[in-house]
Amino acid sequence: MSKSEFLTLLRKALNRLPQIDVEERLTFYSEMIDDRIEDGLTEEAAVAELGSVDNIVSQIMSEIPLLTLVKENIKPKRTLRAWEIILLVLGSPIWLSLLSAIFMVMICVYAVIWSIVVTLWAILLSVAALLLSGILLCVLSIIQGNVSLTFALIGASLACCGITIFVFLGCKQVTKAVLILTKKIFIRIKSCFIKKEAVK
Amino acid sequence: MDTQLKRGLLDICVLAAIKGQDTYGYLIIKNLKPYIKLSESTLYTILKRLETAGMLTVKTAEHGGRLRKYYHITDSGLKRIEEFKNEWKEILSIYNFVTKEDENNE
Repeated sequence: MSKSEFLTLLRKALNRLPQIDVEERLTFYSEMIDDRIEDGLTEEAAVAELGSVDNIVSQIMSEIPLLTLVKENIKPKRTLRAWEIILLVLGSPIWLSLLSAIFMVMICVYAVIWSIVVTLWAILLSVAALLLSGILLCVLSIIQGNVSLTFALIGASLACCGITIFVFLGCKQVTKAVLILTKKIFIRIKSCFIKKEAVK
Repeated sequence: MDTQLKRGLLDICVLAAIKGQDTYGYLIIKNLKPYIKLSESTLYTILKRLETAGMLTVKTAEHGGRLRKYYHITDSGLKRIEEFKNEWKEILSIYNFVTKEDENNE
């Protein structure tokens, strides 16, 4: 890829960022390519060393705060015509409620996912409590000299111990997975503000 | 390396790279290459952050018929490096503590 092709692609992919920011970044990359060429690389090799445009864009997007992206995209690219404003206002009972409903549903789904996690931890806690009380009862039955009850309680406690470890590992994995999912959702939300065709 | 740790170290690395003399972007990456991997977009973000924090200044100068940005470290940038050296002593003592724990376990 030539330098100008690279810069054109990058400009397209970044067009949802503030204009000044885009210009500055492009100047920066342009300088990086020129310096590599001066260092003895061919233009193609200099561009290749920077990595793919996709990678660069996803890295830039992950570093930019979501708020900056949203702010930039809320600004309309052109001024709205009068009839468009009237339509927007008249239609607001419909689109506003629909939009907020979708938003609420998304939040609910997310809350449900977390409640599952909380439930799992609660299960863990109750099994652990069972284990503790089992041990306590064990000690009591030893003091009383009830051999068969002692053995039964030791068995039950061991089972609880096994279940606790098992559930704990499960809880840890599930919590981790949900955290990763959260991160992915945020990246996805961010990518909604980047034009799809430009990223390709 | 852990990303959080790397993020903190990179700022210092970039400051150290421009400490001796005014340097341009590509040279920073080249000089740091043996020590730490640094991509262009990361460098851009770091330079921006350090500039906003007043730890470096940027000036554009002509070079070989084109413009190139040179980065100059400020007093507060130099101070940051000194702070880091002191912080590093603390980190070293923590490191000693951590490795001592290892020996006890073995």
